[in-house]
Amino acid sequence: MAFLNLTEDEYIERYGPTPAYMSERDLEGEPDKLVKTHCCFCGVQCGIQLKVKENKIVGFEPWEEFPVNEGKLCPKGVKRYLQNGHPDRLTTPLMRSEDGFREAGWDEALSKTVSEIQRVQATYGRDAVAFLGGASMTNEKSYINGKFARVALGTRNIDYNGRLCMASAGAANKLAFGIDRSANPWKDIPKAKVLILAGTNIAECFPILTDYIWRARDNGAKIIVIDPRITPIARTADLFLPVRPGRDSALAHGILHMMIEWGWIDEDFIAAHTNDFDAVRELVKDYTPAHTEQITGVPAASIEQAAELWGTAETSMLLHARGIEHHTKGVENVLSYINLVLATGRIGKPGSGYGTLTGQGNGQGGREHGQRCNQLPGGRDINNPEHREHIANFWGIDETKLPREGLTACEIIDDIEMGEIKALISISFNPLVSIPDSARTRKALEKLEHFTAIDFFLSETAQYADVVLAGSLQEEDEGTVTTGEGRCVRLRPVVRPPAEARVDWHIIADLAQRLGAGRHFAHETAADIFEELTAVSAGGPVDYSGMSYERIENEMGIFWPCPAPNHPGTPRLFAGGRFAHPDGRAKFHAFPYRPPAEEVDAEYPIFFTSGRVVSQYLSGTQTRRIGMLVDQYPEPLCEIHPHLAERLGIADSDRVRVSTRRGQIEVPAQIVKTIRPDTVFIPYHWPGKKAANQITNRALDPISKIPEFKVCACKVEKAS
Amino acid sequence: MVAPIDQSELPLDNLEFFIDPSRCIGCQACVAACGECDTHRGIPMIHLDYVDRSTSVQTAPVVCMHCENPTCAMVCPADAIKQDDNGVVLSAAHSRCIGCSNCTLACPFGVPKQQIEMQLMMKCDLCYDRSSVGKKPMCAAVCPSQALHYGSRTKVEAHRGEVPCNKFQFGDQTVKTKVNMMTAHGLDTIPFDVADFMPQGNLAAFGRERIGSPDAAEDTVWEDLPA
Repeated sequence: MAFLNLTEDEYIERYGPTPAYMSERDLEGEPDKLVKTHCCFCGVQCGIQLKVKENKIVGFEPWEEFPVNEGKLCPKGVKRYLQNGHPDRLTTPLMRSEDGFREAGWDEALSKTVSEIQRVQATYGRDAVAFLGGASMTNEKSYINGKFARVALGTRNIDYNGRLCMASAGAANKLAFGIDRSANPWKDIPKAKVLILAGTNIAECFPILTDYIWRARDNGAKIIVIDPRITPIARTADLFLPVRPGRDSALAHGILHMMIEWGWIDEDFIAAHTNDFDAVRELVKDYTPAHTEQITGVPAASIEQAAELWGTAETSMLLHARGIEHHTKGVENVLSYINLVLATGRIGKPGSGYGTLTGQGNGQGGREHGQRCNQLPGGRDINNPEHREHIANFWGIDETKLPREGLTACEIIDDIEMGEIKALISISFNPLVSIPDSARTRKALEKLEHFTAIDFFLSETAQYADVVLAGSLQEEDEGTVTTGEGRCVRLRPVVRPPAEARVDWHIIADLAQRLGAGRHFAHETAADIFEELTAVSAGGPVDYSGMSYERIENEMGIFWPCPAPNHPGTPRLFAGGRFAHPDGRAKFHAFPYRPPAEEVDAEYPIFFTSGRVVSQYLSGTQTRRIGMLVDQYPEPLCEIHPHLAERLGIADSDRVRVSTRRGQIEVPAQIVKTIRPDTVFIPYHWPGKKAANQITNRALDPISKIPEFKVCACKVEKAS
Repeated sequence: MVAPIDQSELPLDNLEFFIDPSRCIGCQACVAACGECDTHRGIPMIHLDYVDRSTSVQTAPVVCMHCENPTCAMVCPADAIKQDDNGVVLSAAHSRCIGCSNCTLACPFGVPKQQIEMQLMMKCDLCYDRSSVGKKPMCAAVCPSQALHYGSRTKVEAHRGEVPCNKFQFGDQTVKTKVNMMTAHGLDTIPFDVADFMPQGNLAAFGRERIGSPDAAEDTVWEDLPA
């Protein structure tokens, strides 16, 4: 039983978040070196040069030669260097004490973790220990996490926070195309004549891609934005479809209905390269503009206009993100939009195709190398006997000892709450802030018999840990990440971890050693791990076997599949309409629209939705500690349309209470015309009483097991 | 130490600064990066504000426009504000500035900032230490949305739907600047009445139909929503 034994203020005083600003010391003298590496935040992975002086990062310089961002950055990237040398940085292992935490040596801390894992597994079975990883970590770490859970812990319960991010898109990609990757490199965006941006707040979540969108427009492209809010990219849309939260698949069906009606589909392509279109043709018959308007809240005329723009386009790209994916029908939403792409045949060509935008730094690579409950390295399937045999042989273990498919991230938290899972190791994951229904997450954490957290700052979740192991920031390790377009890029070592803190995978290897599995984790360098993961990926669905650090550096990144050292990599998939399913065809999916898990009613009459702001990243563990980013948007605000505000008697800056069946939150109102009048929005980056996830719904998509962050029912009142 | 600029954009005097507020996404990368410039580290000189957040997410970045005949220098009683041979208007010279605020009050674009504790006027100098050796100013180097761009006029004119303009009409006074503002075709001088930028202002003067017109999806969109 792990209850907090300090007050919230006491934790903040000791462990932060402390907003860090540039120090006088950073300004003195010339830096020792400039290191070319990448940003630690979103899936664009912008190139950046970090200035280093005496093992401390003191600033940045734009890296204009890196082709993806050409020196451009968002404010998070500019200020990320302030995490280094941060006052809140964990520099030694911590162990729970009567008075919060006390500092401990590595031997004591690791011994405690290992003895507790062994005790729990001896008492309750191997699967009673779960491992939660993160998609901000390198490919190397993602691979090591998966191998550690299966080989050293022998648990089937390993998953990662990409479950909250890319799970719906990934599952839909596999179902539609047979492979889980964006189909086109981003340099195709400026060649597209029509872009659909569905549920993607590009300007705030992937700011650099705004440049690509403008280049497309300068080439004459039309932009269709689908969102319940006028985000900065929606402000400039040629056609804005203000969809009611939770209605996305219906809107896609409505657009396809008109494209078929007007003959703007490519029957030849459909016949030659796809399966199952007839079911879709039948399904969308019902989605007339009038009917679709009724469901989605988008005017019929706008739906027709979207069909005309998309249907008649010469080249086109669909880009989507969490807005359509964070739903109990997230996979169905994505598949319904992919139908729009397949029906036109505009895929696999320059300027024509499809992309899903990864929210996390290694959202792509983090989901490829075995960190997921149903997956083995090389994008292999843990339920496939041949795949299991291949990995077991490679690892030198008996196939029968290789655990089967385990639970997904939210289900792991559920199982902890139900008392099935008794111990947890987590790394770079802050579920108390990032998973819906935080009261239940808190209850689950309180129930753990043992919890070890590996992190560089003490996250709100790690406050519940028995042992905290001081790990590494991105710039304190090296390795690779794979960006949202499928480009594997190189992170270079910039500084050493401070004081007693250690590189994450060294910690994992030490734990493995103490658990008796040391021989499987004898890597001396990150490059050793990369060599192993590329070798094991050979012949798998996600093939990195032709890559090396040297090649990646020289070529400014390599797109997988890259199956041989002389293979150039594959920036664009599906050339010639050849897809990755065994028959080479793509697959249409006919899912009728169904409502979200929770609908508005008399008691909770308003839609609630959540998302991000540009100055914060995910659960804020990093960005709530950087001064300027905190000042830019210091606390969550509730966006309310003036029509709704007037009805509720709420003025700008009034404190409002937003309640759902799960809890409530009080924040200042921001009265803006940029949100649907039937919907309110609060961003989710904050903990405790400021956590939007106190009120969101943990209902899961049946396939992707992603929670329904983007829609639930709430009531809004002026707080007294 | 810093990457050289694309060779095709040299020589140096062909590089110009272009602002296009219609492309601004309000991310504040420019503000963050401005504060990292070595000459005034820790103090951003750029202004970035919402035009009117209650009706729109439109934001507008403002750097020093570097006027041909800078009003700030003309009203300075201490002769502290100098212009270099390329027309860059520098921050007030520390040794001369008397902190009187004449320049901050007189600037037609509202650019200079008084640093009270330092008794010094500071403003954007196009990252003089960077731009004078061929590097991009920090803000334009990082801007992810093309709202701030430092490059050749030829390329900007060839690629963008909008056209650069560097004349501003304030009543009877025409102010010519080194920095360009992207605007609609057919406008060779930008009418500059602050009221235009107010919520009920007359944005029509800026060409509502142009690409990226800030009103594309604003006031009326929710009124048209079906019930």
